[in-house]
This record gives sequence, structure tokens and C-alpha cells, in this order.
Amino acid sequence: MTAPEGVFLGAAGPEGGDLLTRPRGAGHGRRGSKPQLGARIAIVVLVFGYLLLPLVAMLEFSTRGDYGSRSLDAFAAIFTYPDLVDGITTSLEIAVLTVFGMLLLLVPTMVWTVVRVRRMRRVIEFLCLLPLAIPAIVIVVGIAPIYHWMGTHLGGVGGSPLTLALIDIILVLPYAYRAIDSGLRTVDVATLADAARSLGAGWPRTILQVIVPNIRGGILAASVLAVALVLGEYTISSLLSFDTLQVVIFLLGKRDPFVSVAVSLSALVFAFVLLYIIARFGAGSRAEQAAEEEPVT
Amino acid sequence: MPETPASTPASSGSSAASPVIDGAGPRRLRGAPNYLAFLPFLAFVGLFLIVPTLVVAVGAITSTKGGFTLDNVSRLFTDEVFVSAFMRSIQLAVGTAIIGAIFGALLAWAVARGDPNGQLRQVVLAASGVLAQFGGVMLAFAFLATFAGTGLVTLFFKNILHVGVPYDTTWLFGLTGLAVVYAYFQIPLMLIVFLPSLDGLRQEWYDASASLGGGSWAFWRHVGGPILAPSFLGALLLLFTNAFSAYATAAALVSQGSPIITLQISNQLQSEVVLGQENVGKALALGMIIVVSLVMAAYAFIQRRASRWVR
Repeated sequence: MTAPEGVFLGAAGPEGGDLLTRPRGAGHGRRGSKPQLGARIAIVVLVFGYLLLPLVAMLEFSTRGDYGSRSLDAFAAIFTYPDLVDGITTSLEIAVLTVFGMLLLLVPTMVWTVVRVRRMRRVIEFLCLLPLAIPAIVIVVGIAPIYHWMGTHLGGVGGSPLTLALIDIILVLPYAYRAIDSGLRTVDVATLADAARSLGAGWPRTILQVIVPNIRGGILAASVLAVALVLGEYTISSLLSFDTLQVVIFLLGKRDPFVSVAVSLSALVFAFVLLYIIARFGAGSRAEQAAEEEPVT
Repeated sequence: MPETPASTPASSGSSAASPVIDGAGPRRLRGAPNYLAFLPFLAFVGLFLIVPTLVVAVGAITSTKGGFTLDNVSRLFTDEVFVSAFMRSIQLAVGTAIIGAIFGALLAWAVARGDPNGQLRQVVLAASGVLAQFGGVMLAFAFLATFAGTGLVTLFFKNILHVGVPYDTTWLFGLTGLAVVYAYFQIPLMLIVFLPSLDGLRQEWYDASASLGGGSWAFWRHVGGPILAPSFLGALLLLFTNAFSAYATAAALVSQGSPIITLQISNQLQSEVVLGQENVGKALALGMIIVVSLVMAAYAFIQRRASRWVR
């Protein structure tokens, strides 16, 4: 991992905002002229200003103390609400289940489309992207009878909020597919698989010990997206009456808006840090990935 | 290079491990055992995506007693409440898709022109990844903390500038408020989907255009614009479906009535037991599927037409 020069420029800036607005590129021999640079800075400042404003407001709102002072009481109070702690735990458990379920379902299937049955690739891609075309609320309408049946026939397991992982896996498919697919595109999986198999490895071992380490980046990205999606999921849990993080935050918002804003901000920062780490990880290989991605779709 | 059948040379020697599957060589064997591996995936997607969709489609044309009926579906066109909810949802989706696409594309351009491994790009990408998913309750609260009665901007006008607040603080709870809030996740989403296409513009094309005397305008008019048009349109339609399907943000923000279609559906879900109209919600859901399908079909058509020009 090479250290980008921007680190110093950003860190040396008088305000944190400099990290975001400091333009790169003009001195890098890439195309670009003076007026263009100005336009780029203006766009980034303007659009990012709009994106940052509500976040700043959240920070300001959640740190309000008495008589204009600042305090972190709202953040400390997070753990005094048992509902909230339960909601956080539930959502994290669902997130873990979703990540493992998604990987278990998607990785072998996608590897199989590359090494064996190439003609199924289009079908799998289509099915994975399908949730983009079917609104989550439509899935709820159709799946409510199934969940009702599970709740009454499968005992405690069927009625548990953890069953939401089943739907969350579906919702994350489009994003996970793209992430894993870009991982698979950067290595010659078919040759790797043939090499492993010719040395006597069975399929489980080939996938787990040979292919998975080679598409680590894609798998990591897919997992982080899944975690972010589960932590932010509201539509399905609320309509199926499960108390996940977002549902609890919503209910709490009416009683103690300061705490619910504090939780929201914490969840966001958590997701941002995770994704930033991934972006740093993937930075080395992005140039090649971008080159392989079709310029025109 | 997984697109090319690179595995062929090695396959003849790989049969020792598992003779049942590999007996005829991987490339020749097209039989059932190979397809069995897709069964778990297909079964899962079938049960939790296809079956629910079919439940909606069939339920929409089924009466409470179980027979066939078009009553529920016809209410989509005759019931004033549903018609206007659909219209508002579509307006909202079109408006925020256009705003999001324009600003997202501009931001993507500003980023694409920079260092591919630079800080700016990494921060913008990571931030967009989070913010595009940042719909729903948390986003609604963020805007409440900004513009509501005791929000940051409102207090700024009141306490720092000592002027009247130039907006009615309830604007956030109406359609305008929804549009502004939706734009918040549409812009980062546009950046994520559109940035790869901008990255695909090659330096040589700029150079070729410039060496023929083309300026910036000529480049975008004759080279960049036509090349990017299909992916821009595709992204626009994705943004449309994204806003059209959104529920959580509106549910957390709108306190009075159910102005948009997703709120109408949740109304139906929560009140159908009382009213005994079990399948009206399914008809509304079917209506949503149809709108999205039409958009997707338009997208496929545009892509086909457009790709003729960029071949």
C-alpha cells in the first residue's frame, strides 16, 4: 500500500474540510487546466457541503448540553435504554447471519458460473440484480404470509427477528454480486481451480483455500455492504414487527430525540470507518479494475 | 480474463480428483450434475424473492373469497387516493432522480479527473458508499436536526443572524421536504454507479479530440457525451426506481396522511384485518412492480438503441 501524498496535504490543512476539498490531479500529469480545477473545487465543496450539513447538524444536536454547553450525555445515555441495547444486539446478530449466509450462497454459485457452467452466468446475474427492480415493500407484502407461517409452525426459531437475515440476504444480493464479481474478474479463477483440482483438492477445499483468498477484497467489500444494509434496514423489520436497531431508534425518537440522533450518528460513523478501510484496501487494485470494467454499458 | 475459456489446456490432466464429475472433461460436460450446484441458490432466491412476487401478483387478482377478480386492480385507476399517491410517487422519483443524476455526475466528474489513488477519491467513494445506504430513519432525523424547529440551521437564523427563519419549519414534512431528503441519498448513489463509466473515458480520446482542434465543448458534444449517454440514462432510471421504492425515509418523516404509494401500501398492511380488503395492498404492490418493469423495459430499449452509436 503506497502512501498517497494527499495524506500530508489533508492533514496540514487548517480545517478538517481540507481533507475533502483538496483537489488532486493537476500536478499529476493528468488532463486538467486552471478553470477546470476551479470548477472541480466548486463542485466538490458545494455538493459535499450539502452532504455534510445534516451530519454536522446531527453532531451539533446530539452534543447539546444545558444552557448552550456541549456534552456527551446523549451518547452515554445510549446504554441506559435496554430496548436500544437489545436492538443493537439484534441487528448485529442479523448482520453476522446475513454476511455468512450471503457468502455461503453466493461465492460457490458465482465461482461455479466461472469455472463450470458459463451459460448460467447471465441467469445468476439477472437473479442477483432482480431485487433492485422489486421494491422492498413489495417483498414484505408477498413474504408476510411466509413469515406468518414460519412464526406459527417453526416455534421460537420461526418467530425470531434473526429470520430477517433471510430477506436481508436477498436485499444485499445486487451489491454483493457486483463486489464479488469485480473480485472474480481480477484473477483467473478457472486456471486457479484447475490447478488446485489437479493437485488433488476437492471442491470445498479449492473454493475455501484457493479461490476465496484470491478474491478477499471483493468478499470483504460485499460483507461490509451487507453489514451497512442490515444496520440501516427499517422497512421490512418495522412492517413485520421486529425490533431491530432502526425500529427502536424510530420509537425512541419520539421520547428522546437527542439519544436517537446520537445512536444514528454512531451507526453512521461505524459504517463509514468500515467502508473507508475497504476503500484503502482496494485502492491498489482499483486502477486495473477500472480498466477492465466496460467503459460503456 | 475469466471471459476466455482459459481452463481448457489444464482440464485433461485434472480428472483424477473426482472421476464422476470430471470424467468427460470439464468443458464438455454440460450435464445435470453441474447444474445441481445451482440448486441451493435457485431454491433460496425462488423461496424468498420469486414466491413473494408471485404471491403479490396472484393475490392482486384474487377476491377475498378466493375467486378471480379485477376489483382490486381496477381501484388503482379509479380510487382517487391511490391514483394521486401513484402520481406523487412518480413525480417525486422523477424529480429527485434528475437532481441526483446531475449533481452526482458533476461530483463524479470532479473526482474522476483527480488522482485515481488520491485521498479525495477514497474519501468520496467511502462516504458515498455509506450515504447511498443512509436512507430511512437516521436520515430523517439528520434533517430534523438540521431544519426542524430546534435544528441547527433554524437556530442559526434565529440566534446568530437574529433574523426571521426564512422558511416554515414544517416544509420538511411535505413533498418538498421529501424531495430534498431523497436527493441526499440519490447523489451518492449516482456517484457510485456513474464513476466507473467516467473512468472509462480514455486519455487518448481527449488527446485525439484536442489534436483535431476540439475544445472542451467539442469533446463533450461529440465524444464524451454520446459515449456516456447510455450509462447516464441507465443510472437515471436506477435512481428513479430507488426513489420510487423508498419507504423508510417517508415513514419516518411524514406524519400526516399517506401522500405516496409506499405509505399507502403500509397503511393497507396495517389495516387490512379491520377492513377485510386483504388484497388491495397486493394490487398496489403489483402496480409498483408494473411501473418499475416499464422503466426497466424502457432502459433496455434505450440501451439497445444507444449501443448502436457507440459500437
